Amino acid sequence: MSTTVQLPRWIDVGALPLLNLLLALAVSGLVVLAIGENPVEVVEILLYGAFGYEEAWGYTLYYTTNFVFTGLAFAVAFHCGLFNIGAEGQAYVGGLGVTLAALYLDFLPFPIMLVIGMLAAMVFGAAWAYIPAYLQARRGSHVVITTIMFNFIASSLMVYLLVNVLRPDGSMTPESEQIAENLRLPFIHDMAAALGIEMASSPLNLSFVYAIVASVMVWLFIWHTRWGYAIRTVGSNAVAATYAGLEPGRYIIIAMMISGALASFMALNEVMGVQHRLLIDFTAGYGFVGIAVALMGRNHPFGIFLAALLFGMLYQGGAELSFEIPTISNDMVVVIQGLVILFTGAMEHMFRPRVTKIYTAWRLRRDAQEAA
Amino acid sequence: MENFELVILLLDATLRTSTPLILAALAGMFSERSGTINLALEGMMLGGAFSAAAVAFYMDDPWIGLLAAIATTIALSLLHGFACITHKGNQVVSGMAINILMSGLTALVGIALFAQGGKTPALDKAARFQPITLPGAEAVKDVPIIGPIYFELLSGHNILVYIAFLAVPAAWWVMYRTRFGLRLRAVGENPGAVDTAGIGVVAMRYRAVICSGVLVGMSGAYLSTAQGASFLQDMTAGKGYIALAAMVFGKWRPFPALAACLLFGFLDAAATRLQGVILPGIGEVPVQLVQALPYVLTVILLAGFIGRAIPPKALGRPYVKER
Repeated sequence: MSTTVQLPRWIDVGALPLLNLLLALAVSGLVVLAIGENPVEVVEILLYGAFGYEEAWGYTLYYTTNFVFTGLAFAVAFHCGLFNIGAEGQAYVGGLGVTLAALYLDFLPFPIMLVIGMLAAMVFGAAWAYIPAYLQARRGSHVVITTIMFNFIASSLMVYLLVNVLRPDGSMTPESEQIAENLRLPFIHDMAAALGIEMASSPLNLSFVYAIVASVMVWLFIWHTRWGYAIRTVGSNAVAATYAGLEPGRYIIIAMMISGALASFMALNEVMGVQHRLLIDFTAGYGFVGIAVALMGRNHPFGIFLAALLFGMLYQGGAELSFEIPTISNDMVVVIQGLVILFTGAMEHMFRPRVTKIYTAWRLRRDAQEAA
Repeated sequence: MENFELVILLLDATLRTSTPLILAALAGMFSERSGTINLALEGMMLGGAFSAAAVAFYMDDPWIGLLAAIATTIALSLLHGFACITHKGNQVVSGMAINILMSGLTALVGIALFAQGGKTPALDKAARFQPITLPGAEAVKDVPIIGPIYFELLSGHNILVYIAFLAVPAAWWVMYRTRFGLRLRAVGENPGAVDTAGIGVVAMRYRAVICSGVLVGMSGAYLSTAQGASFLQDMTAGKGYIALAAMVFGKWRPFPALAACLLFGFLDAAATRLQGVILPGIGEVPVQLVQALPYVLTVILLAGFIGRAIPPKALGRPYVKER
């Protein structure tokens, strides 16, 4: 093998992912061209829809909140070398936890409910993740397949519960009762109004603050705690971890349960924050977007936040887009999402050899010049 | 007698619901036995279904539609291969990417071409695969027992159903009785040994994903031009994942996978039939439970409680020739 130089960090975590992202967006542009629309116009509408007016910001950040949670969920499992494809199901079951807590513990005062709601989501989401985690850790069943299966099982279970158990008497629509008004997460525009600041109303709510706190907590957890260290060790080399006295199975279960709990926080935003009741399929694929978000953000909370913002923008801008250009529906956003996962995830190594070669050549020449 | 007829009808429906599963499960098997995880079955099926319906609509010929479906899924398989085999990307991520991409792209192109909210226009009779009456079916129709079995159950399906059931022994033969099959299984177990024997691992794996593409294309075409009469948005509705589950349930082997597909197809057919039916002693059957059963059974199998499912040894690992 020829001599190569280690790529500096700014290329590794900055330039390379950016190059892949640009390629994904370029291909998306080609798709827009192929269906006979103007990509420049599309980008303009997207940006206007996402940031052009005050209300749009709120919507963008509301979507961002969901993606931060599901992105963090994927990242924590990924640091342990696991692919948690099950964020969708974990968030769905987490939603059940929030709803049950809000409906049956409605005598609790608001501040306590905030904590209880969060705990209920965490417990349900983590419990749903525990089974695939246990099966991976103790029985060697591949977590990718089992989490996919658990998404479908969750979906069937929730349809059953919503149709047969949670649906109020006399109602035909399969959804739960409304959560009492005093137990809902306050909207940011209401909170701002209480402080005397006027803001356009949007679904953005307190869970956005949770999302920021969760990002910081995950960063602290992964890089500054023993468990985080152990999880990363197991993730990079389970055999070495065993020799170092760490039992991989234990950390697989811990990482998956934390992952499930993080995914379930999405239910706080959707159920406690916006819909105020449990709806069928309220997760709407946000769990899968989390994969794209985490991969783009290189599984670092800061990167995840930026990627989540990008996808929040795409979702909100995409809604505007389907309004303005009828041939381009929300599906355009799904296409972009797929391309981003493809280019920044699956083909992340595509440019690496070439970039390494160019960088090596440049370094060698510079070293030679310095020596001369 | 009435119960007998009911059973025949249920089994008849089972054959129809399990056909796309069989084709897709075999597709998954070819890819995974060569060492490439194929989570993209769902997306490929969707792409195939869309191409088949769109092309059959323009050409008024289901066979050209079928070819278009196969061409689409081969292209997607090559994309998957390009990411996973050539660039050694993550196979799970690539599969998920293709699923998400196709879910959006089929709807987007559908709206751009036909402006019917992501559907393709309904296909008329000439553009669809029609039921085939097997020779002598009319003659034995009124013979008790044999008559209904032959006329109702075996005869009267479209060509793709018969192809799917013939594909199982064919796949078995290719996999276990040909040089190609031996090499394919070998690159999935021990690519290093295959390389040492002077056979290109990369080329072998590409051939395997192409086989996979051909089969999954047929299953997609079946959905939109044989079972249904148009493409509907997200019409696969998890069938690709069920096929994947069936393949795992069949322990990556053709005949057990067929059995799993028939079981899952039967559960699907039964769930449709049991909707709202009140069984004596049990009460109303929770349809959702029946629908979730394939996934639950697969998880139990994977957990090793009913036999062990051992995947190919090199599954999911890109081949690196030298370090």
